[in-house]
Amino acid sequence: MEFFADLVLLIDSTLRIATPLVLTAFAGLIAERAGVVDIGLEGKMLASAFAAAATAAVTGSPWYALMAGVGAAVALGLLHGYVSINQRGNQIVSGMAINIAVAGAAPTLANFIFHKGGQTPLLDEESRFSIITLPGAEALADVPLIGGLYSEIISGHNLITYLTVLVVPATAWLLYKTRFGLRLRAVGENPEAVDTAGISVALIRYQALIIFGVLCGFAGTVLSTGLGAGFIRDMSAGKGYLALAAMIFGKWKPVPTLLACLLFGFVDALQGRLQGVSFPLIGEIPVQFTIMLPYVLTVIILAGFVGKIQAPRASGIPYEKDH
Amino acid sequence: MAAVRKLPFWAENILLPSLNLLAAFVVSGLVIWGLGEDPFLALSLLVEGAFGYEEAIGYTFYYATNFIFTGLAVSIAFHAGHFNIGGEGQAMIGGLGLTLAVFLMGDASPFLSILIGIIGAAVFGAAWAYIPAYLQAKRGSHIVITTIMFNFIASALLAYMLVGPLQRPGGQMPESADFPDGVALTHIHELLSYIGISFEEGPMNVSLLIAFACAWGFWFLLWRTRFGYELRVAGQSADAAAFAGISVPRMTILAMMVSGALAGMMGLNELLGEQLRLLGNFTLGYGFVGIAVAFMGRNHPVGIVLAAVLFGALYQGGAELAFEMPSITRDLIVMIQGLVILFAGAMEHMFRTPLNRLFERFASQEAV
Amino acid sequence: MSDLLAIETRELSKRFGEVRANDAINLQVKAGTVHGIVGENGAGKSTLLKMLFGFYQPDNGDILIDGDFVHLANPSGAMDHGVGMVHQHFMLVEPFTVLENIMLGAEGGRNLEEGKARARAALTDLEEKFGFDLPLDEPVENLPVGVRQRAEILKALYKGAKTLILDEPTAVLTPQECDQLFELVKLLRAQGNTVLFVTHKLHEIMAITDDVTVIRAGKLIATRKTSETSAADLAELMVGAKVSRQVSREDKTNRQSRLELKNVSAFNGQGHAALKGVSLQVKDGEVLGIAGVAGNGQTELLEVITGLRRISDGSIEFSGLTIADKSTVTDPITLRQKGMAHVAEDRLKTGVVESMSAKENIMLGYQTEDEFVSIGVLKLKNIEARAGACFETQDVRPRNIDLPIGSFSGGNQQKIVIARELAQSPQLMVIGQPTRGVDIGAVTKIHDQITELRNDGKALLVVSADLDELLAISDRIAVMCEGEITGVMRVEDADEKTLGLMMAGQKIDTSKGLAGNAPSEPSTAPTGGSL
Repeated sequence: MEFFADLVLLIDSTLRIATPLVLTAFAGLIAERAGVVDIGLEGKMLASAFAAAATAAVTGSPWYALMAGVGAAVALGLLHGYVSINQRGNQIVSGMAINIAVAGAAPTLANFIFHKGGQTPLLDEESRFSIITLPGAEALADVPLIGGLYSEIISGHNLITYLTVLVVPATAWLLYKTRFGLRLRAVGENPEAVDTAGISVALIRYQALIIFGVLCGFAGTVLSTGLGAGFIRDMSAGKGYLALAAMIFGKWKPVPTLLACLLFGFVDALQGRLQGVSFPLIGEIPVQFTIMLPYVLTVIILAGFVGKIQAPRASGIPYEKDH
Repeated sequence: MAAVRKLPFWAENILLPSLNLLAAFVVSGLVIWGLGEDPFLALSLLVEGAFGYEEAIGYTFYYATNFIFTGLAVSIAFHAGHFNIGGEGQAMIGGLGLTLAVFLMGDASPFLSILIGIIGAAVFGAAWAYIPAYLQAKRGSHIVITTIMFNFIASALLAYMLVGPLQRPGGQMPESADFPDGVALTHIHELLSYIGISFEEGPMNVSLLIAFACAWGFWFLLWRTRFGYELRVAGQSADAAAFAGISVPRMTILAMMVSGALAGMMGLNELLGEQLRLLGNFTLGYGFVGIAVAFMGRNHPVGIVLAAVLFGALYQGGAELAFEMPSITRDLIVMIQGLVILFAGAMEHMFRTPLNRLFERFASQEAV
Repeated sequence: MSDLLAIETRELSKRFGEVRANDAINLQVKAGTVHGIVGENGAGKSTLLKMLFGFYQPDNGDILIDGDFVHLANPSGAMDHGVGMVHQHFMLVEPFTVLENIMLGAEGGRNLEEGKARARAALTDLEEKFGFDLPLDEPVENLPVGVRQRAEILKALYKGAKTLILDEPTAVLTPQECDQLFELVKLLRAQGNTVLFVTHKLHEIMAITDDVTVIRAGKLIATRKTSETSAADLAELMVGAKVSRQVSREDKTNRQSRLELKNVSAFNGQGHAALKGVSLQVKDGEVLGIAGVAGNGQTELLEVITGLRRISDGSIEFSGLTIADKSTVTDPITLRQKGMAHVAEDRLKTGVVESMSAKENIMLGYQTEDEFVSIGVLKLKNIEARAGACFETQDVRPRNIDLPIGSFSGGNQQKIVIARELAQSPQLMVIGQPTRGVDIGAVTKIHDQITELRNDGKALLVVSADLDELLAISDRIAVMCEGEITGVMRVEDADEKTLGLMMAGQKIDTSKGLAGNAPSEPSTAPTGGSL
């Protein structure tokens, strides 16, 4: 029974950890399927985490916070778009630069506004996306099996986590069932074919980057106003890169990417539970090795040891009309 | 098809980087102004803090040493047609190799320990770059992504070593025991005092000279040896390389190993020059800044050294600035770095097109 | 056939930098006809086409479609006026199905599934009308080239094209696929469509078009009724008064064999059989020309000989040594040391490093020679001296060995490359497309050098898409089709008609030859590449 309770708690924290991962990984997926590589997911997440927390602290409204968070990430997405699409600059360098600039700018602004050493003040419940207890969760909590599942795993998350559940089918639908999705995938594979079909490559890519920004914005907002209660320095802590890894691990496809995010989230949650636990034969697993695991898995996938992997053919390549 | 007119040397290599830098500074200035400070005063404080007195210069060059190593590392991979953004991880593992080598030597003569330590740094850095290079060359795994992953793996590995096997006995911090006595690179001010010049004490040490030597070696290797020639051919055109009997996978692996070795040698300055022990995350993002250094330096060692000094000045001057101006913190300097990378690296074409047009108009007027 | 014009251009001009790619073109294409456009590579055909379907905007002049002035801001503008284009490099998204590719840009609403259903229905009608049978749900990446091309044509028709522009449509097709294409073009015309057929193969023009326009150096030279002209006339118009040159050739027979291929088979990069049991012999003091439609194994032939591609069967002997068989491949450097020189087919992609200086390119492939390097260090003085000497003997202009090789003209680049290879006094010279993208003046010089080498007793193997060139410089000509040698004949016995049949895959008993039959259709100019 204790094992079962442990498992329920583990799944519960997996979902919590996976929320920003899923949002960011899907942001990356949309951008790369449209042919824009962005290793700056981290920076966009961090920027929106700050914008959301700062707005929440000033206005006391999580809704304004969400708007600010999304706004910040979309603005940076468009900046990356301007560099990649208009300037035909190096997309890797651009992503990296935005990461570094945001890592510096966010605490600077936090310090300027709140004078708390680069953080925002602690947010109270009203200005956060607080935990939603679904109807009947408390009543059912004591029912064996289902009660625990319902009250711990299904109930008791913040609004954005519930929205994230919708993001996955919505993205899949957008990519595979709509005209926009067809064009977006085409732009990521062969932009010239799209151009000669009379569709603007730049427009599709910018549209993709706006969606990208919105998703990153949700991710950052949930970080500082849902899972956390304020902005702290470097609070994205490599999640943007982990999301990038999850997207590759998921071979740029929605469902596998979701599964990869859940796996990485699970590994992260597990690591918290495994600390100090000794295993037969191998003994205690150092926490650093569980941290490594997602990255090692991604390298193995990239090395092609687990089936063929094909990135969108035009990703990372600026489109030029004349050769 | 359009006839591309090449910019004159000075415009391409001096004017263009300066304009990019200027753009980054203008945006930074606006931010500083927004924070309620005087951007021009900030600039003068920054320059004063970086070059104004001997100690400042010492620190500027101390930081520049790191950037020379990481800039050269990014650049040699770039010449071979690859983007190594794993400099950070290679530097960490290089530092680990250095530390292991030094402890392995135990109480041997400090000179020998230092020598073996340097080799340890280069070899470990090279080995850490070898794996992504091998995966790129033989399995087609994208080197950008694998090196990112390897940065994280390196960071976790280093953390494990520093709270596990290598942790200072009885210590709580993620750091190793101190290096044995005398296992340290000589400071420049000490060297200068031997020849009768007095220079303010500071962290600047012999690894700066090693970095200069590496820069010269980099130039010689790339433009004066067959290996460098083959490396550049492989980086420019895989087909031409095959035509000339040059193995592109081999060049990829070798270039990345030299790159990793250079990144790994960053630890000479930080660990063997100043800290005298291994610290968690001693790399502090220097590996990433190396990308900007390489881009701004136009992938030439002279340019890389100049760009490294610029970034060193930004670090040192920025620290002074943060001290002098209350609303400015070191974080702002990080932001300025990011902007410099953005304008000098990613948006390097922004001023090229207008400049091209300007020069074309000039040329056609002269023709008339 | 009325006299209504489907497409008309008036003084249409476009320049790129200093180059006048199109200079005051006045083209008239009658509705319901197949109109051919011929010209050599770089003559300006592609630029004209790109303006006609809205990809480029003209600097000057007008375009009229069905008699109306139009401004084509982009490809969809051209589409709206019923002009569709089938590109030389297909504009298809590889992982997409044929259906998805066809509807891209004309999806008919936001909902993809509904759009697909509608498109499928409409396509069924179209397919019936034009006799298509395409696998609509198959990803394009799984389809052969000919089928992809038909998908492209169907795409244009689906989007309402009345006038179809086909840019070099046969360059990548097998002869059978070519026949199918010709049938389709005739059917299109019968259904009232107009086809603009762009090619540099004159026999295609003669076979399929009603009218033909010749373009040379950006200018429209002439428009003729096909029935009132001949391939020979057109050839002359294309290249401008063609100089017929006789190269002086000393008789060199009964020399020893320098290169021999025995039953050589090899796969191409996609894993398809590219060479199927090729046997050839090149003797000292002779030039063996290799003719064939581009993409029939010539590239792979060059690669297996020069050590760039492994062979799967058979063997290759060079100077009496086996340099390649199933298990061995000799690297290019060793081959060069043994006296084999290689002038690469695709000069800019393979033969030189474009961004490097001329002097650095002068040692490409020879970077291990003692002349250029000792204990790993380059001997700059020797490299410069060699480069200077090459520039001098070949009269390369400008005389600046420090310029990037990409900034020289095609002819000067080729002169540098040939000088590089000659400098090592090779026993065998393997040359791909000796004069592709080379100006007329340099062509003469290069041909003279080839002949000089031959007279000097060296062996040469020359692959060229230009039959006239091969007829001018070769002793014997071997023809390749679909990875096989369809015949080898002495140049005295060869004529273009026979060679043409062999290029189309007819095996000919070359001991008798077909000499004596009237030669009729000179095929000229190399294939591939476009503006």
